Amino acid sequence: MAAAGVAGAFVAGRATADDSATATSGPRAYAFRGTHQAGIVTPAQDRLHFAAFDVTTESREELVALLKAWTDAAERMTRGHGAGPVGPTQGATDLPPDDTGEAIGLPPSGLTITFGFGPGLFRSADGKDRFGLAARQPAVLKTLPHFPGDMLVAERSDGDLCIQACADDPQVAFHAIRNLARIAFGTASVRWSQLGFGRTSTTSVNQDTPRNLFGFKDGTANVKAEETADLSKHVWVASGDDAKAEWLAGGSYLVARRINMHIETWDRQSLGDQEGFVGRTKDTGAPLSGGSEYTKPDFDMPGHDGPVIPADSHVRLMHPDFNDGVRILRRGYNFVDGSNQLGGLDAGLFFLAYVRNPETHFVPIQTKMAAHDAMMEYLKVTGSALFAVPPGTRAGDYVGQALFEA
Amino acid sequence: MRKPALALTAAALVAAPVFAACTENASSATGDKGDPRSLTVSSSADACDLSATSAPAGKLTFDVTNTGSQVTEFYLLGADGLTIKAEIENIGPNISRKLTVNATPGKYVTACKPGMKGDGIRADFTVAKSEDAPTVSADEQQQVATAVANYKAYVNDQSDQLLAATQKFVGLYKAGKDDEARALYPQARMHWERIETVAESFGDLDPKTDAREADLEPGQKWTGWHRIEKDLWPPAGYQALSPAERATFADDLMKNVTTLDTRIAGLSYTVDQIANGSRGLLEEVATGKVTGEEETWSHTDLWDFQGNVDGAKVGWEGVKPIVEAKNPQLALQLDQRFGALQQLLDQQKAGEGFTFYDKVSDADRKALSDAVNALSEPLSQLTAAVLS
Repeated sequence: MAAAGVAGAFVAGRATADDSATATSGPRAYAFRGTHQAGIVTPAQDRLHFAAFDVTTESREELVALLKAWTDAAERMTRGHGAGPVGPTQGATDLPPDDTGEAIGLPPSGLTITFGFGPGLFRSADGKDRFGLAARQPAVLKTLPHFPGDMLVAERSDGDLCIQACADDPQVAFHAIRNLARIAFGTASVRWSQLGFGRTSTTSVNQDTPRNLFGFKDGTANVKAEETADLSKHVWVASGDDAKAEWLAGGSYLVARRINMHIETWDRQSLGDQEGFVGRTKDTGAPLSGGSEYTKPDFDMPGHDGPVIPADSHVRLMHPDFNDGVRILRRGYNFVDGSNQLGGLDAGLFFLAYVRNPETHFVPIQTKMAAHDAMMEYLKVTGSALFAVPPGTRAGDYVGQALFEA
Repeated sequence: MRKPALALTAAALVAAPVFAACTENASSATGDKGDPRSLTVSSSADACDLSATSAPAGKLTFDVTNTGSQVTEFYLLGADGLTIKAEIENIGPNISRKLTVNATPGKYVTACKPGMKGDGIRADFTVAKSEDAPTVSADEQQQVATAVANYKAYVNDQSDQLLAATQKFVGLYKAGKDDEARALYPQARMHWERIETVAESFGDLDPKTDAREADLEPGQKWTGWHRIEKDLWPPAGYQALSPAERATFADDLMKNVTTLDTRIAGLSYTVDQIANGSRGLLEEVATGKVTGEEETWSHTDLWDFQGNVDGAKVGWEGVKPIVEAKNPQLALQLDQRFGALQQLLDQQKAGEGFTFYDKVSDADRKALSDAVNALSEPLSQLTAAVLS
């Protein structure tokens, strides 16, 4: 962001949204409030910090107070202001500042903050109605089943609440999670968190498809922001989808999966084999049936031994044509968390997908992929979580208000 | 490596070319104008246009672009128009791929095969004498034949031993002789691990025989070695199987291992499959054994580890004469690194077997992993070297 600091006067810490909301370069800002939460169809930003929380209080009032405080802080931060009303350096000398300060001088950087509710918010593991919300738990909001290849680590899975912070500057995304976690102390504590250093998905036709850590373009067929009919069909929960969870209409479900890649082993595969696993060329991302990246794959085109796009290739198995027309909105990020005890890179894809219904739009696809996808040989899923993402927050409301007050 | 491919193509590929099949992607269809060994081929529905009809002997590169609308193939055939010297398959429309071949002087025939049908669009091609022409070992055909025959004999023998050991193992297990069954378990499995890339190429048998609990699909019944492993090394709170249940799982394992043995007897191999198998076995070590994830309950991972390395080494030594002639440096490096890994494994030997993996220190695991990586990198060059 070359234009950092362009807004000049940091009344409450940083730039203001109004200066920059329409800028195509420089300090972009996205409105926090709207029909849907920002950070879903928003053009995928370059960086991610994601956190899942355990709610530690037993008080519904404290939980609601947290959501109100989070809403206020999120709205301020997405405008490029500090987390608190005072600011990182404007407060009393004998008090800790209400904003931690590492974003001073940084523009909003396209920051979006998206909140979600996990199954544990509605019922504890032993079925207890924790906050009087059990009657409103969506029927499909439950822990995802075990899939082949899952080697889940409990400390990287599940959570009662989640926050997805995306920005074009990693420090801005980090700043958001850090300050929201700080606000939560006493009410909710971080269960796990994940940094993503590079987007792997496009959510707008104006974006190029980036590469995952296998070196391939993936998710070319993602649902894009411009495809409003398909968003309604495949991403947004509609009124009437779940009579008990009408509060979720206009929201979505977020599937989060930490997918480790066996990087070192993958790198020893021949180019031809790698392309066969994916079903696309590594160079341009064209399907092996020819053309360019966006050419529709021809799954019937004969090759030497069976179709030229192999039957167990990722692109074929995951394509809507073979999955009842199902599409998903992927918003994943490449991650590297250093290395493991054996010196291998602890790296892969932090998969994030927004879907209208995980039971129709994720579980069958993942089951099929785990059983048949040639790429699975190089993947190991180490974290998994599912959240209901409430609709956008209206003026004067707090995030998820309809769940508590409608 | 792509697991299911072996069984499906094993028979079909027996006659695959031994001279060359090194293929690459091409990002550009234009050949290097300054290099007479760099040629372009444009394959359309009704034409097969080469940038030249002759080239000096040596390493030739054909940069093949498919300008048609069907999948095409490109062949370099002997003067008889029958012997395949090199080929590249599965070139989709608008896609370019590179074929490299070490060509000796002589007459050849080139062929594009749009739609993969018929004899293709053919033309004569001449390779002229050159000072830097490759030397081709007259023994190579014989070396290939020997490697293939020896490998088949090895796999068949291991499969037979697996069958016999499994028979004994299930007998002990059904009879409730658990100590003896536990002692035999890792030894019997070593035969499986030595030929694991062949064994698991049967997509229907592998999950029934070798699935770990974490591999199961929703609703899939867990059977095979690891189901019995858990019963023999029960974790706290585990509900032991009844004698009747034991018999069910034991008989099922025996049945599947018997089927495997029958199917293996009918397989043939090519040199590139042998080389790929060696690489694949080391991948099994890298992702399953060195992490201690294979034998969750028995911790006998090092027996499996040794089995995979044994099988990889047999594959390597089978093709070694071919590689020694073509790339002596690679051959030397592979020998050294197989040796270094074996030295580390030998340090873990205890009595008749190995240290249980939960007792192997983090430092030793790291050293083993480093040795696996050190070996795997040159091993990933093996197939191309064998075919070069």
